[in-house]
Amino acid sequence: MSTTLTSGSGVQAPGAADQAAPRVRRSSPLRRRRSIAAWGMAAPFVVLFLVFTAWPVVSSLFMSVTDIKSKDLQNPFAVNFVGLENFTTVLADPTFRKAATNTLYFVVVGVPLTMVVALAIAVALNTGITKLSGFFRIGYYMPVVTSIVAVAVVWRFLLRPENGLINEVLSWVGITGPDWLGSTTWAMPSLIAMAVWRSLGTLVVIFLAGLQSVPKALHEAAALDGATAWQRLRRITIPTIRPTMLFAGVITGIGFLQFFEEPFVMTQGGPLNSTLSVAYLVYNTFGFGNYGVAAAMSYVLFAAVVVLTIIQFKVFGERDDATGQKKRWFRRQGGAV
Amino acid sequence: MTALETKPQAKPRGTVGSHIGEPQSRPWIYVVLGIGLVLVITPFVWMALGSVKSEGELRANPPTWWPQNPTLDNFRELFTRLDFPQFFTNSVVVAVVVTLGNLVFCSMLGYAFAKLDFWGKAWLFRLVLATLMIPGMVTLVPLFVQISNLGMVNTYFGLILPFLAGPFGVFLMRQFIQGIPDELIDAGRVDGAGEFRIFARVVMPLCKPALATLGILTFLGSWNNFLWPLVVSSTEDMYTLPVALALYSVGQNSTQYGLLLAGSMVVVIPILILFFALQKHVVQGLATTGLKS
Repeated sequence: MSTTLTSGSGVQAPGAADQAAPRVRRSSPLRRRRSIAAWGMAAPFVVLFLVFTAWPVVSSLFMSVTDIKSKDLQNPFAVNFVGLENFTTVLADPTFRKAATNTLYFVVVGVPLTMVVALAIAVALNTGITKLSGFFRIGYYMPVVTSIVAVAVVWRFLLRPENGLINEVLSWVGITGPDWLGSTTWAMPSLIAMAVWRSLGTLVVIFLAGLQSVPKALHEAAALDGATAWQRLRRITIPTIRPTMLFAGVITGIGFLQFFEEPFVMTQGGPLNSTLSVAYLVYNTFGFGNYGVAAAMSYVLFAAVVVLTIIQFKVFGERDDATGQKKRWFRRQGGAV
Repeated sequence: MTALETKPQAKPRGTVGSHIGEPQSRPWIYVVLGIGLVLVITPFVWMALGSVKSEGELRANPPTWWPQNPTLDNFRELFTRLDFPQFFTNSVVVAVVVTLGNLVFCSMLGYAFAKLDFWGKAWLFRLVLATLMIPGMVTLVPLFVQISNLGMVNTYFGLILPFLAGPFGVFLMRQFIQGIPDELIDAGRVDGAGEFRIFARVVMPLCKPALATLGILTFLGSWNNFLWPLVVSSTEDMYTLPVALALYSVGQNSTQYGLLLAGSMVVVIPILILFFALQKHVVQGLATTGLKS
């Protein structure tokens, strides 16, 4: 069965819903009957989708340009149009800027780190390990399936200054570890370390799938010519799986942009807002009842996600004929990864 | 990374076989991966051992690794003094209903997308596609307003309905159903079966692997979901496990380490059991749909 699922072999641009060729002539009664049947099948999804996704998305756009507060829920007519005021307030707000900087820090350090470690593991799993491969894969994947809240609770204890496991291990080699979560310097790196630990498994699996597309013959030829393993990794493996890497970078980036549970459980955004993320600030602003401002803030976050997604689509669109101009674009992007 | 590059250089160059596909010649890979694996699972082991330690032992400095006097007091307290049976029930009810909803509704639409030609198909598909990218944070506020207008705050409806049919499942099922030969479906049509009948009798039985993948992934997602349950539940009797654990861990129980570790165990263990039992479907589903979504 897995063959059916994986038959697309790697990255495939979505779209082309119209693949099931119309075998019935247009506007025949049969066609109409099938159209009705199809909409009947789509109906439950479409209704739920309109009520709980489409409408909220549209109305959040409206909210972001009003001064709606929690108390206005009873009295919708008290809401005033304020134009882009919420956005200017948000962008000028030092707390938001702090949160945006923290989020950027989290993404810019966390994503490449996760990718490098995951690629190393995937390459190691892919080269010559047959016996325990499945065992390792399950192990590395364990953190992915577990609740972030639960692992954040555990990590909070591992990171305790006096008798946390991490400082205890450090003390064996004579290092006095800091108060990880209580320090403005170390709190964020601690959260990043946990995020890397948690996200590794996903990328290992994705990279392993990508590595199947690397031609063995190329490796063999290069090895015959005396290329070292490192050279082959740099010149053969990485260029071949570059689309997979970019994709992995984008989905990890989108996830990391929205980090929320980690600071909520481990630091409550502290110390001194040093781990306050944009998502956490949206939640807090919402909690204080400033719905309009919170909506505007979430749109700024959305904009960041869209930018990442556009990059993703560009990459997918250019995958098949990476020649000339596009090849150079790839190399530039890949260099950053 | 450094480990990867060093060892092969020591070998004579040009011996292809020694570089590719011969596990016995590279024990260092096992060592490196083994160390990595120990680092990855240590937090879990530490959680499990800590959950059966007494409060006093958890505060000991230096910390103990193996429990001196193993006790189930922490778990006993979770299930008697705190309302963990209720949280557990809430988590199960929400996850099961959400999973069933996704299995049915997503495969119905997935079938329509894959095998039926209907008016409005292209734009409906694009619409569903677009929602894959919308982060939960964007809809958080208006969704709460919507749920509150519907009078569903702090109810199972409020917890469940927004997740009852997700775009991810539609793509997964469409992808899979496209691989089912048209002949089978046409045969059903020739026999005079309607589309719903064909869907239920021909397509669904063939979709078992995809349904298993979607089922387990949806269950995982629902079980671990935190932000929305946190927002929509206002009294303890509606908390799901992650919400209860998170609020205890930052609230008045924040220094009861044994209790929190035992709570983490209760959240993590069922999902790990499920994962070990069905890991093939989880990993496969992620590797394939992840690449295509």
